[in-house]
Amino acid sequence: MNTTRRHALLLAGALAVSLVATACGSSGQGGTEAAATRSAAMSDTDLQAALDAGGTITVSAWEPTLKQVVSGFQAKYPKVKVNLVNSGTNKDQYTALQNAIKAGSGVPDVAQIEYYALPQFALSKSVADLTAFGADKLDGTFTPGPWNSVRSGNGVYGLPMDSGPMALFYNKEVFDKHKIAVPATWEEYIAAARKLHAADPKAYITNDTGDAGFTTSMIWQAGGKPYQVDGAKVRVDFTDPGTRKFTTAWQQLVSEKLVAPITAWSDAWYKGLGDGSIATLIIGAWMPANLESGVKAGSGKWRVAPMPQWEAGGAASAENGGSSLAIPEASTNKALAYAFIKYANVDEGVQTRVDGGAFPATSAHLEAPAFQDKKFPYFGGQEVNQVLARSADQVVDGWSYLPYQVYANSVFNDTVGKAYVGGTTLQDGLKAWQDASITYAKDQGFSVQ
Amino acid sequence: MVATPQASTPSAWKAASRGSRSWTGWRFVGPFMAVFALVFLAPIGYSIHLSLFRTQLIGGTVFVGLDNYLKALGDPQLWAAFGRVALFLVVQVPIMLFLSLLMALAIDSGRLYGASFFRISVFLPYAVPAVVATLMWGFMYGTQFGLIADVNEVLGLSLPDPLSPGLVLTSIGNIVTWEFVGYNMLIFYSALRVVNPSLYEAAEMDGASQLRIVWAIKLPALRGALMIATIFSIIGSFQLFNEPSILKSLAPNAITTSFTPNLYAYSLSFAGQQFNYSATVAIVMGLITMIVAYVVQLRGARKGL
Repeated sequence: MNTTRRHALLLAGALAVSLVATACGSSGQGGTEAAATRSAAMSDTDLQAALDAGGTITVSAWEPTLKQVVSGFQAKYPKVKVNLVNSGTNKDQYTALQNAIKAGSGVPDVAQIEYYALPQFALSKSVADLTAFGADKLDGTFTPGPWNSVRSGNGVYGLPMDSGPMALFYNKEVFDKHKIAVPATWEEYIAAARKLHAADPKAYITNDTGDAGFTTSMIWQAGGKPYQVDGAKVRVDFTDPGTRKFTTAWQQLVSEKLVAPITAWSDAWYKGLGDGSIATLIIGAWMPANLESGVKAGSGKWRVAPMPQWEAGGAASAENGGSSLAIPEASTNKALAYAFIKYANVDEGVQTRVDGGAFPATSAHLEAPAFQDKKFPYFGGQEVNQVLARSADQVVDGWSYLPYQVYANSVFNDTVGKAYVGGTTLQDGLKAWQDASITYAKDQGFSVQ
Repeated sequence: MVATPQASTPSAWKAASRGSRSWTGWRFVGPFMAVFALVFLAPIGYSIHLSLFRTQLIGGTVFVGLDNYLKALGDPQLWAAFGRVALFLVVQVPIMLFLSLLMALAIDSGRLYGASFFRISVFLPYAVPAVVATLMWGFMYGTQFGLIADVNEVLGLSLPDPLSPGLVLTSIGNIVTWEFVGYNMLIFYSALRVVNPSLYEAAEMDGASQLRIVWAIKLPALRGALMIATIFSIIGSFQLFNEPSILKSLAPNAITTSFTPNLYAYSLSFAGQQFNYSATVAIVMGLITMIVAYVVQLRGARKGL
C-alpha cells in the first residue's frame, strides 16, 4: 500500500506549501489592491500602450477555441506572447488556481472561471475588479444572464466568454420510432419518459445520477431562488415553491427509474447518446460542439427544441454552465491581460470562437443573421442557433449562486445524491444539502439568515 | 574494586568527547537526516502549525489553539469514516492475509505444479498501479456496460450492483485483496524459505503429518512475517484513498467525500479550502494509526516471547 502512503506524504507536502503561502499572501494583498485603485483611470490608450510595449502573459483555460484566438491575437500584436495552458476542466482548474493563489506563485494572468465559481473568487478578492479598466462601460454588450453573472455589487470580475442557455436536445430517430411527440411541458416530458421506457426497456428519456449544476439550473427555470446573497450575508432555502415544482416532477422520474443511472461525460454516456438509449438531454447551448466531436454515431439524429415549460405556453429558460475570463489579483501584467480578454470576449476573438463552434455571450454575435441561420448537418440541417439564441433571451431573472458554490457542489452527491440510490427523496436530499451549505457558511464567517 | 571503574568511566567518556569526538558517523547519516528533515519532519511540523489556525473566507486567519482538534473529536463525518476503515480492517485484512498464507504454504509445499508460474501470476497484480487496477475493476463492476452487465445479459441474471452504497466497501475490499494478496504471499514465502530443511526431515522421521509440520514448524516460523504484514495492512487500511477516490467518479452517490479519513482530508482542503481543519484531520488520523500499529506490535512481540 505504498501508493496510498505516498499520497498522504504528497498531501502533507501540499499542506506545507500552502501554509508558507498564507503568510506571504496576506501581506501582499494590501499592496496589489492599492495598485488597482491607482490605475482606476486606465483608458483605451493605456491598453494600447501596454499592447505596444508587449510582454508575456499566461492564460489558463480549457475552452478549445481559445487556441485560435491566441494565434489571432499574437498575429495582431506581435510584441505580445501568450502562453495558453490547460490545467484541467472546471474543478481541477479551480483547485489549481486556488492553490497557486494561496502559494502566491505560478498564478496565471488570465483564468477561465465558470459563472457559478466566479463569486467565490470575487469574494476572496482573488480576481481583479475590472471596472478599473473600464469593464463597467461594456454594459449592454453581453446578454443579461452572463453579464449579471460576472458582476457583484459595483464590481465586474470577469468578461463573459460563452453562455449556456438551456434547451432540449433530443434524438429524433428514437422519438419517431416510438411515435412520441416532442414534449413542450414537463408533464409531457414525464409522459414521454414513461412511454419510451415501456416501449423499450433499454431506452431512457435522459440520464441523471445527481448533478449539482443541472439541478440548480432546473430550479432556476422553475422560478426557485434558493440562494440569496448580499455581501457576507447568505440565505439558503430549498423549500420555496420553485424548488418544489422541480422536485415533485423529477422525483417521479427517479422513483420510477425512468432516468438512466449513467454519469454525464462518462464513456457509457457518450455511448448511450449515440445508440439511442439516452433519448434527450436538457443542457446548455455549448452542447452542439460536444455532440459533434464526442458522439459521431448520433450524426443526423439529434435535434434541438426549447426547454419544456412548467406552464403550457410559457417561455422560461435558465443558464447551465458557461465561463468567463477573469484576471487573478496576483497577476503582474493586468493591463495586457485585460487587453487579451477584451480581444477574446468583445472584439475580433468572439468571431474566431463562433467560427470554431462556441456559443457566444455577446448580443451582437447572437443576433447576427450569419450566426442564427447557420445550418448544422449534424442536426439534420436544423438552424440550431435560433432555438438557442431565443433561450438566451428567456433566462429567468434574479438567480444567484453561493459565494462558495464550488464547495457546495462538491458535497451535492453526499446529500442529494442519496435520492438517486434510494436512500431519500430529492426534497429531503436538498434539505440536507442546504444544511451542509449553511454549516460551511457559518464555518467561513458568513452571517446566515 | 567495584568503585574504581564506576568513577573512571564518566571521566574517560568526557575526555573522549572533549578532545577527539568523531563526526564520521554523522557524516554518513547527514544526507539522510537532511532529506528526512526536509520531506518528513518539516511537513509534519507545518501541518501541526496549520492545525492551530483557522482561515475563513470572511474574517481571515486567526489563531484558535486546539479548537480544530476539539471539532475533530466531535465530527460525525470523521468518525463515520474512521468506522468504515476500521470495519474494512477487521474484515478485509484477515481474509487477505489468510489467502496469502494459504498460497505461500501451497508454493512452499513443493507439491504445486508450475509453482513459479503460480507465484508470478499471484504477484502480478501488485505490479499494476492501484489507479489502473481500480479503473479496471471499475469497468468490470459496471452494471450498464461492464462485465456485470454482460454476465446479467448472457445468463439472464440480475446481479446486485457492486457499486451501490451497501456493497461498495466490499467491492473496494475485493480490489485491495486482489492487489495485495501476492505481495503478502511473497513476504510469507520468503520467511518460509529460511526455515532450516533439516527441521522438516526430523519431523518426517518422527512421523509428523504435513498438517502437523505446518502447525508446529511453518506457522511459528512465520510469526515475524505475519506481524510485519499485519502492521503494513493496518496502515494501508487507515490510509485507504486511491480506490475510493477513483471509484467515486463511477459511483458518486455511494462514495461520499468523507468516505475514508484520507478522502475526507483531501476533500476538505481541495474542495472546501479548509486547509487548517484538513491538517487537523490528517494529524488525528496519523496519531490513531500510530497507536493502533504500536499496540498490535507490542501484543505481537509479547506473544512472540
